[in-house]
Amino acid sequence: MSIRSTIISEMQLLAADEDKSLPSLTDELVLLESGLDSLAIAILVARLEETLNLDPFTESDEVYYPVTLGDFIKAYEEADKSHQLDSRSSG
Amino acid sequence: MKRPISHISSIRDLRADSPDCASRFLWSAKNSVSLKDALLGTSLGGRISELAGQSVLLAVHDQLAAAVAIMELDGVARRLIICPPDVSPDHIPTLIDQANVGAIVCDKDSPYISEQSTLLRVPVGPVVETAKPVDIDPVTTEWILLTSGTSGAPKMVAHSVASLTAAIKGSHQGADVVWGTFYDIRRYGGLQIFLRALLGTGSLVLSNAGETPADHLLRLGVHNVTHLTGTPSHWRRALMSPAAGAIAPRYIRLSGEIVDQGILNTLRAVYPHAAIGHAFASTEAGVAFEVNDGLEGFPASFVGRHGEVEIKIEDNSLRIRSPRTASHFVGNDSATLMDSEGFVDTGDMVERRDNRYYFQGRRSGIINVGGLKVHPEEIEALLNRHPAVQMSCVRSRWNPITGSLVVADVVVRQGTDQRVSELKMDILKTCRETLPRHKVPAMLNFVPALNISSAGKMARRNA
Repeated sequence: MSIRSTIISEMQLLAADEDKSLPSLTDELVLLESGLDSLAIAILVARLEETLNLDPFTESDEVYYPVTLGDFIKAYEEADKSHQLDSRSSG
Repeated sequence: MKRPISHISSIRDLRADSPDCASRFLWSAKNSVSLKDALLGTSLGGRISELAGQSVLLAVHDQLAAAVAIMELDGVARRLIICPPDVSPDHIPTLIDQANVGAIVCDKDSPYISEQSTLLRVPVGPVVETAKPVDIDPVTTEWILLTSGTSGAPKMVAHSVASLTAAIKGSHQGADVVWGTFYDIRRYGGLQIFLRALLGTGSLVLSNAGETPADHLLRLGVHNVTHLTGTPSHWRRALMSPAAGAIAPRYIRLSGEIVDQGILNTLRAVYPHAAIGHAFASTEAGVAFEVNDGLEGFPASFVGRHGEVEIKIEDNSLRIRSPRTASHFVGNDSATLMDSEGFVDTGDMVERRDNRYYFQGRRSGIINVGGLKVHPEEIEALLNRHPAVQMSCVRSRWNPITGSLVVADVVVRQGTDQRVSELKMDILKTCRETLPRHKVPAMLNFVPALNISSAGKMARRNA
């Protein structure tokens, strides 16, 4: 499953847990206006760390906070790329 | 321009006739009131004299109504118990009993109006009306703030105007100062900002519980907020809003949770013109110190220094002695606030690395989820009541959005034949039905055993 589809499916699971319906999940959607509040997004980040083994928002002191769903997905995709590069260069 | 703060024995000592009072405001999302009107008027239907000398419980929904009532009651009520908006109605009777409450100030449609029949009940009005001057002998009001207790019932912490305003110095003043806070003013962190606005020269934009972060930031922007405060979690939420650029504060302050270098660096990048500081403060210990060097933790030189606030580290926990601490807890079975030398043990664990101390979390395992305290024991007790759970350990897990999240390790009883996924759903369903959202474990891990320390206590490890 791609990073994008993993994120989308985790968001749908979370919304189902909380009996909430999500709007159309476009890249422009503002995360805090997706129906998931900051607590739900925190849980999403924790669950994605388990499923993807990535936490792009803790890995450096230069923390970046995503505004839109597109920013959020991109942060994971870039963290994944840099992990793959790291493992290639160390392997 | 700096000018000394003239300290007061009650808010009523503030001069309503001073020329700036008519042009200074408290703004909520829907309403506003000038300081002059708040100081001269009444939101209690002119019934203030009935409350003179009483122990008064203030339990209203609207923050602006609470702010105006606090201004009216200070110096009149003998004791003022300030309920935050989320205090459970189940706990109100205990508060009334243990704080010897004689009168309750509440909303017109409040459930407490009919239920507490023997109490004097005074409803707050939606607007401030002109009040006739009344002659009331001034008293020094004991302020009671609520903080979460182990069993879920709030603890009552006693302060005075003197202790609450002792940390307020003459800085951050100017005719154009507009304070804003993400806190509710009925919590210690918000109350500090409310009092700074009143004693200083500025106005204050109040938060609103139902408002989106974007709407709140836009409203702060409309009022040209210059000084804005909140927890690191409040700030992270603000930075995730498309309206983060609607404000250009010149002073940013963080408190109420451990401040990490990441949030300090990000705020510096997003608001390059703001002075950014973080403060250590708690309801019990008051405002202990402010750190303004842009780094997490605090300099080791703060410890052992002589001055208004004295800091010591004992058994790795931070202890504070100062005129800003609370004086005592109120209520039956209340614990001792200070040691024999007058130091308040904050329960916050610190570790020294080189010339700096860094916060390590709470001794008791209390988890801070976005500024809300969670006692692990309360959740463990609920989990352990589930028929399939033999024992459980609730701990915190670091999270870049809310600072911490609640997670639970659970040992399942032998012979439980339910599928793992179904059992997790079932346990979490029980939690969701009983607990507020921030206390529901974000993750349940089924583990074969839990670590027990040599003292027979569960070994808590927080990340």
